[in-house]
Amino acid sequence: MAVSGALLVLFLFAHAAGNLKIFVGLSDFDHYAEWLRGLGTPLLPHAWFLWIQRVGLLVAIGLHIWAATALTIRARKARPVKYAHRPKIQGSYAARTMRWGGVIIVLFVIYHILDLTTGHLNPEGGDSDPSARVVADFAPERWYVTLFYVVSVVAVGFHLRHGIWSAFRTLGQQTTKGERRAQAIALVLSVVLVAMYLSVPFAVLTGLVD
Amino acid sequence: MDIKVRVWRQAGPSAAGKMVTYDVKGISPDASFLEMIDVLNETLILNGDDPIAFDHDCREGICGMCSMVINGVAHGPEKATTTCQLHMRKFKDGDVIDVEPWRAAAFPVIKDLVVDRTPLDKIIQAGGYITAPTGTAPDAHATPVPKKDADAAFEAATCIGCGACVAACPNGSSMLFTAAKIAHLGLMPQGQPERDSRVIDMLQAQDDAGFGGCTNAGECTTVCPKGIPMSLIGRLNSDYRKAISKR
Ligand code: HEM
Ligand code: SF4
Ligand code: FES
Repeated sequence: MAVSGALLVLFLFAHAAGNLKIFVGLSDFDHYAEWLRGLGTPLLPHAWFLWIQRVGLLVAIGLHIWAATALTIRARKARPVKYAHRPKIQGSYAARTMRWGGVIIVLFVIYHILDLTTGHLNPEGGDSDPSARVVADFAPERWYVTLFYVVSVVAVGFHLRHGIWSAFRTLGQQTTKGERRAQAIALVLSVVLVAMYLSVPFAVLTGLVD
Repeated sequence: MDIKVRVWRQAGPSAAGKMVTYDVKGISPDASFLEMIDVLNETLILNGDDPIAFDHDCREGICGMCSMVINGVAHGPEKATTTCQLHMRKFKDGDVIDVEPWRAAAFPVIKDLVVDRTPLDKIIQAGGYITAPTGTAPDAHATPVPKKDADAAFEAATCIGCGACVAACPNGSSMLFTAAKIAHLGLMPQGQPERDSRVIDMLQAQDDAGFGGCTNAGECTTVCPKGIPMSLIGRLNSDYRKAISKR
């Protein structure tokens, strides 16, 4: 969980940073998308590097979901009879929403790829510029799309709030001082990431990016 | 105090159980939770009913027997306190209090609130020991131990094996218990020879017993009557990583 999760966090930061290119200008954003596809050329044919990354991501996502499923099945088996008085959450809320949060994120990623990568679910369609798809997506009259993005990105934030800290612990973090540091790192990274992701839809919504 | 308790009644290991409500009247706020159940049991016996079976021994917070989930919280609402050390003044007159046994596949119910915690012993048998020469007791200072390590080992050694961590864990995992035992031995020079095999074998025994896997959810330490810190789980993970990389 920790290793595959760490890879996904790296991707999320790279992706979020790339998204911010939209503030430089719409055509710069499109050039960035073009550049991503040109990475590795001429060593590799066009878009090969991108596909290598995609395969890497899929493997990481696959391992992450596989481990999460195995843990969930074990947890169900380990407590066949539930408590009549529903236990109140005493640990962290983020820790207790990892499973459902993860499911929401997967659904979001599927929608998101069909929307912004392939364009199937985007008003602009697949042949348009990536920046046009983003602008069309978060237009004020499509507020429900923006809302869905916001909810999903916040879910990612919660997921990482616990996930990043938990990864430190799984990899052997054990001092009290280190625990405070790991908790702080997890919180700061999650908040920064959420802010980076949400800045784009809000910029489009408010007309800052047009 | 007049209260109502809803208690899990189950006649035997394979019998079906259910929550049964009882009125308990005239309880002193200074009575312990177990004394409240004693009073209730006396009434049940006078009425010719079967008294509620529950585990208890020392009644002073050190044996780890008094396993009860009270209103959804293992060992009840007071932090770092066993059920036997919990007093009725923590509740209000007229409260309805739910009392259930530890819920875990590895801890089958024997009767009512009594569960079988043998799997924790199985984990200890798998590696919770050191090898030492027998015979005359060694000199107390023959093997020096730094004060810091001795204190940390002692803190871990306060785990009373009650199983509340398992009862509270959303994964039904006994990782806090196992981590406490591994830290308490692994921090001492005497615990070094078996340090690698200990963590591997104890985790294997834990998995074999049907406990769930730890996801660092952190519920365990909030209910632990001895306040065993979750950081010991990080220590266990680190020991485990080192041990498997040597195999
Ligand atoms: C609201 C914030 C987000 C915006 C504006 C955004 C934007 C985009 C855009 C424009 C693309 C297509 C890039 C291209 O075709 O070159 C993309 C791809 C992708 N995004 Fe996002 N994204 C956001 C949040 C997220 C989040 C939170 C995740 C993960 C949980 C995510 C995962 C992905 C994935 C997996 C791809 C596909 C990558 C690939 O095709 O190789 N995105 N995103
Ligand atoms: S770690 Fe705490 S809750 Fe778990 S068995 Fe030991 S004393 Fe009980
Ligand atoms: S009866 Fe011994 S700890 Fe409660």
